[in-house]
Amino acid sequence: MADAPIRIILAKLGLDGHDRGIKVVARILRDSGMEVIYLGLRQTTDTIISAAEEEDVDAIGLSMHNASHMTLAPAMVEAVRAAGLETPVIVGGIVPDEDLEPLAAAGVAAVLGPGSSAEEVAATVRQAVNTNR
Amino acid sequence: MGHEVEIHAEEEAWRNSPEYAAWKERYDAANHRDGLFTTMSGVPVEPIYGPGPYPGEYPYTRGVYPSMYRSRLWTMRMFAGFGTAEDTNARFQDILRNGGTGLSTAFDMPTLMGRDSDSPWALGEVGHCGVAVDTLADMRDLFANVDLSSVSTSMTINGPAAVILGMYIAVAEENGVDLADLAGTIQSDIFKEYQAQKEYIYPPRPSVRIITDMIKFTSDEMPKWHPISISGYHIREAGSTAAEELAFTLANGFAYVEAAVAAGVDIDEFAGRLSFFFNSHSDFFEEIGKLRAARRIWARWMKERYGAKAERSMLCRFHTQTAGVSLTAQQPEINIARVAIQALAGVLGGTQSLHTDSFDEAMALPTEKAARIALRTQQIVAHETGAADVIDPLGGSDYVEWMTDEMERRAEAIFAHLDELGSGSILEGVYAGIDNGYFVSEIADSAYRFEREINNGSRIIVGVNDFTDGDDGEQNILRIGPEVEEYQRKRLADVKMKRNDADVQAALDAVTAAASDPDVNVMPSIIAAVKTYATLEEVSVAMEKVFGTYVEKAVL
Amino acid sequence: MTANISDLYAQARKGERRPLGRLLSIVERGGPDADELSALIHADAGSAHIIGVTGSPGSGKSTLVGQLVSDLAASGNKPAVLAVDPSSPLTGGAILGDRVRIDREPGGAAARSADRTTAQKHAPFVRSMATRGHSGGLALAVPLAVRLFDAVGYDPVIIETVGVGQVEVDVVSAADTAVVVMTPGMGDSVQANKAGLLEVADLFVVNKADRPGAEDVRRDLDLMLDLSHMTGQESSTGYRPPIVMASALHGDGTSNVWQAAVAHRGHLDATEQRVSRRNYRLQTEIRARVEHGLLLAADALFESAHGRTVISRTEHADLAPNDASQELLNLLLNQPEESP
Repeated sequence: MADAPIRIILAKLGLDGHDRGIKVVARILRDSGMEVIYLGLRQTTDTIISAAEEEDVDAIGLSMHNASHMTLAPAMVEAVRAAGLETPVIVGGIVPDEDLEPLAAAGVAAVLGPGSSAEEVAATVRQAVNTNR
Repeated sequence: MGHEVEIHAEEEAWRNSPEYAAWKERYDAANHRDGLFTTMSGVPVEPIYGPGPYPGEYPYTRGVYPSMYRSRLWTMRMFAGFGTAEDTNARFQDILRNGGTGLSTAFDMPTLMGRDSDSPWALGEVGHCGVAVDTLADMRDLFANVDLSSVSTSMTINGPAAVILGMYIAVAEENGVDLADLAGTIQSDIFKEYQAQKEYIYPPRPSVRIITDMIKFTSDEMPKWHPISISGYHIREAGSTAAEELAFTLANGFAYVEAAVAAGVDIDEFAGRLSFFFNSHSDFFEEIGKLRAARRIWARWMKERYGAKAERSMLCRFHTQTAGVSLTAQQPEINIARVAIQALAGVLGGTQSLHTDSFDEAMALPTEKAARIALRTQQIVAHETGAADVIDPLGGSDYVEWMTDEMERRAEAIFAHLDELGSGSILEGVYAGIDNGYFVSEIADSAYRFEREINNGSRIIVGVNDFTDGDDGEQNILRIGPEVEEYQRKRLADVKMKRNDADVQAALDAVTAAASDPDVNVMPSIIAAVKTYATLEEVSVAMEKVFGTYVEKAVL
Repeated sequence: MTANISDLYAQARKGERRPLGRLLSIVERGGPDADELSALIHADAGSAHIIGVTGSPGSGKSTLVGQLVSDLAASGNKPAVLAVDPSSPLTGGAILGDRVRIDREPGGAAARSADRTTAQKHAPFVRSMATRGHSGGLALAVPLAVRLFDAVGYDPVIIETVGVGQVEVDVVSAADTAVVVMTPGMGDSVQANKAGLLEVADLFVVNKADRPGAEDVRRDLDLMLDLSHMTGQESSTGYRPPIVMASALHGDGTSNVWQAAVAHRGHLDATEQRVSRRNYRLQTEIRARVEHGLLLAADALFESAHGRTVISRTEHADLAPNDASQELLNLLLNQPEESP
């Protein structure tokens, strides 16, 4: 069949309420032809995994702005794998360079920092999905 | 020659006007700070130029006080908070030692959401974006060796503001400070949480009930306390335009006024203690116009729509913070230049207090050195630029006056929409706009428009989409280690072990009971509860039992 | 497809969520796999109560549906929701945000409870579906998705749409119970009238009924129902669609909505309309499939050498468009073996 659009979950994990970035990314991905299942704020690894299963998504995008990424992003990857899913986890937000390697080692598929262009955002998601497909 | 004479004649006209004489009288009566009031080259400068209405006169476009910075510079209030209460206290001591004149407390995310450090939700967030406060014991450490009767403190917290205020009051009482002497601000602006910052606990209406209880309590007991700081800062950070920031913030202010008046408080009893908090972004003249318009709009609405009589009720006094969202992770040092320009706009806009962001804040908490540079930036504006020597020095510029009018026109259009949404009530209009997603979608639309302009290169952000050479990628980052979380959890466990559980439970039941009776003020029961070492989360949950929780219905 | 469709289906029937999620993607993609699935499940479906819910954006229908399904799940039912949202006609992308409103409360008191896996087991199944622009796709995917939910044991199955577009109206009207949600102050009754929703509604909900103007909406609706008394449902079956006042955000009235829906189902059963609705639903699906097949065939014909020749002849004035289309139709309908 013709290529189905990429389906991606966008969510904020934990208490962080900064949602300017995730809303902009949601629009960027929509305008790149993807289907964004927007879960919004205050999600847990459990709510995200339930949604990933029911929505059969190709990727999970997390937005993190309060320095909890080193705890929460690896926890998300671990929970996804523990649930038996291969879904790539992409992190966007404020992540210092020195954290990139440990996050990659923890299984985070890609990190999108501040200042990423719309093309970079869409291409990064596509690449993470295609690598996984 | 003729040209010079003409200018001179124009100056003669306003200088000899009765308005000027009236202002001059009030100006002369005020205290004046020590200063040369000459330019760097020795040219003496007057406190004001141009025709009225003058500062300190309705509608206060040129300033809320007749003498402004000629009497006293703005308060250099630096926002600080990270790690444990002791860590933040050390930063406070550093700020006071370096000439900071006010303290401003940032709380960590669990605290802002009314969650304790041992909550599963707190995982990875304890002490990260501010200080963790779980119980009275933490609050006591936070303000150790700070004279609460003389230093004005600001606490940036909203959802659980009443509980934090209760702890602050309890600490003051322990130190023998008279509540009437407590000066400061608690942000407590819940509307902008639903609109922008998203740190809420209860649904809007019960939250407003708590706020009106705080207004009533502080009106009676703490006359120097500002019970709400109505904040546009976060609205702007979330992506709004300057005009939306202005309009949403003032509309929220009108809504609180309507709520307090409906709760039976006289407008002139509390409106004078409302304060505002604006963002200062990089578009210099737009920011100045916005701040000037804010004063004029607030004064007119308070007088004409709400019938305030006291002059103080009409004064839009505000804190300003430079735009955190404007800081770039790329070439972080150039943020120092951005902050300086934004700080200058805040001062030329007539702010009462100012926080300058640290250049390294785009990526993490500010390092001590960066925080000091930020404070020094304000000191340069204050002492080297001459901007503080003349009141409203840009007033009378055709462009600045037009921009001020334009900001006002745009804001009025938004007020009209909210008024219609609320069938003649701004309060109901704000509730409706929260409910139907008006605010969040307007903000998200503006944020996306701005991002697209950057993305297609039509708007240049230095270091991001142009002039990108020179990023050495070096980052010196202040990190909060996991030991803070461990320490804080252990400390909380200790406090919980030592307290009297029966007292705690009884006090929490009293909070629930107070919450369920709209005629009872929740403040006294909250103060009593925190004194038993009931935790922030426990007190929050005690009210949650009555009020429920709020979940955002995402609107994109 | 790597995983076998019948294996996935067997797992989904055992109550596993992930295989059902994957099957729903197969449904959305359409084509031979979807056809295989359709044949596989047909005999198992037919018992669930299918409820279509429509209302304009901001009517609070998602919150209403969310409240309803969480109540139903709590009382031992197995509800599923298919939330349909429009794709961007320009880019084909979509932001599907209904789930947030429907899903169990994140971050609230419930989320703080430790036992989340148990909670999930009994949670409603929610699937977001974008309209995906392509002609007729939605009209194929929604009925099949609904039958799939039904076949694996979900009941009721709720389809939620914004109720614009003919396909969406068709989908809702083909449900057992069509619910139209309105709110005060939005001119909803006028919009609903225009969209033809008033004729198909089995149940009206005036949501946000604590708002001023709610009574006006109810009065408007009553009046419109009076006016259509002679021609509408009421005259043929004696059933007058009830108007339920609700405030989903405060959890008020959702049980009344459910009771009214159950009562409507009872009415369908009593008058044997349940079967005729189901048959109508199948007819609608079959018609949509035939239309879709014709469209695909027409597309192929237009792209074929012969088709292009016929069309190009109209450019030189030797063939009028009506003659060209007649010729193509003849090709399409009488000589299917010639179309590629």
